[in-house]
Amino acid sequence: MEIGLNHYLVLSTILFAIGLVGVMRRKNLLMLFFATEILLNSVNISFAAISHHYGDLTGQMFAFFVIAIAASEVAVGLGLLILWHKRHGNIDLDQMSTMKG
Amino acid sequence: MFEAIAFYLFAFLTIAMFYITVTTSQALYALTALAAGMIFISAFFFILGADFLGAVQIVVYSGAVMALYAFGMMFFDTTRDVKEKHGNKLIISGLSILTAVLVVVIFAAPLVSSNIEAFYPMTEGVGNTQDVGMVLFTKYLVPFEVAAVMLLVAMISGIVLAGKKMDLSLTLLDEATIAEEKAIRDEENKKVLS
Repeated sequence: MEIGLNHYLVLSTILFAIGLVGVMRRKNLLMLFFATEILLNSVNISFAAISHHYGDLTGQMFAFFVIAIAASEVAVGLGLLILWHKRHGNIDLDQMSTMKG
Repeated sequence: MFEAIAFYLFAFLTIAMFYITVTTSQALYALTALAAGMIFISAFFFILGADFLGAVQIVVYSGAVMALYAFGMMFFDTTRDVKEKHGNKLIISGLSILTAVLVVVIFAAPLVSSNIEAFYPMTEGVGNTQDVGMVLFTKYLVPFEVAAVMLLVAMISGIVLAGKKMDLSLTLLDEATIAEEKAIRDEENKKVLS
């Protein structure tokens, strides 16, 4: 049986839904970052699958840039998270309401 | 046949690992499951013929990003259970509807875009890594450089945010304050050593 483009797109959708569930139900910010990584990776799979399907390299290029953005996001996010933890002693999302209007 | 077996095996493993990541209450289990899921995702890239992307996935995600997360976890209290968020049915139902619409769009997309032609077609008789290099350093050179600058900015901001006493600038202080700071630091070092 042949594995086509649709199989990969369905897998990508399932992983994206798992990531969305993680974003919805997590309160700890570190866990929220994990869910974000899942979202980015599911998109990468569909980029690579479409690139393979059309015989085109553009999808792979975009996947590279997504990986670069994910890496810099982790660096900046963890720096901010460490700073917040030093000041407030927790990384709960619900208690970060000091900027709330 | 072999491709189908590999696809279903790795699909099952990836979904299981990411399910553990979003549902477990232990932060360390979530971290290790995420690392395993990243490795399994690189298997899809190898099946799809994107060898270089698979290697980059392993190096960047399970090498750099996971090490960074493990380093960050040392700062936080990860032994206690992670509390979950309950309530706000509006957001949950809204995002579920969004996901359902997304599934429909994904199924419809190959039908709509059947007349797409390759923009940068793969070269025959050339390995994937060489092919990627040729396209990346000709057509995507400017985005590549911009990504490099963005990574540099992220590195500097990470150092400044997580480092100690980064808000002090030695060039802006006068000599007396620097000597004072140095004396305090020497005192602290003596205490630590003795």
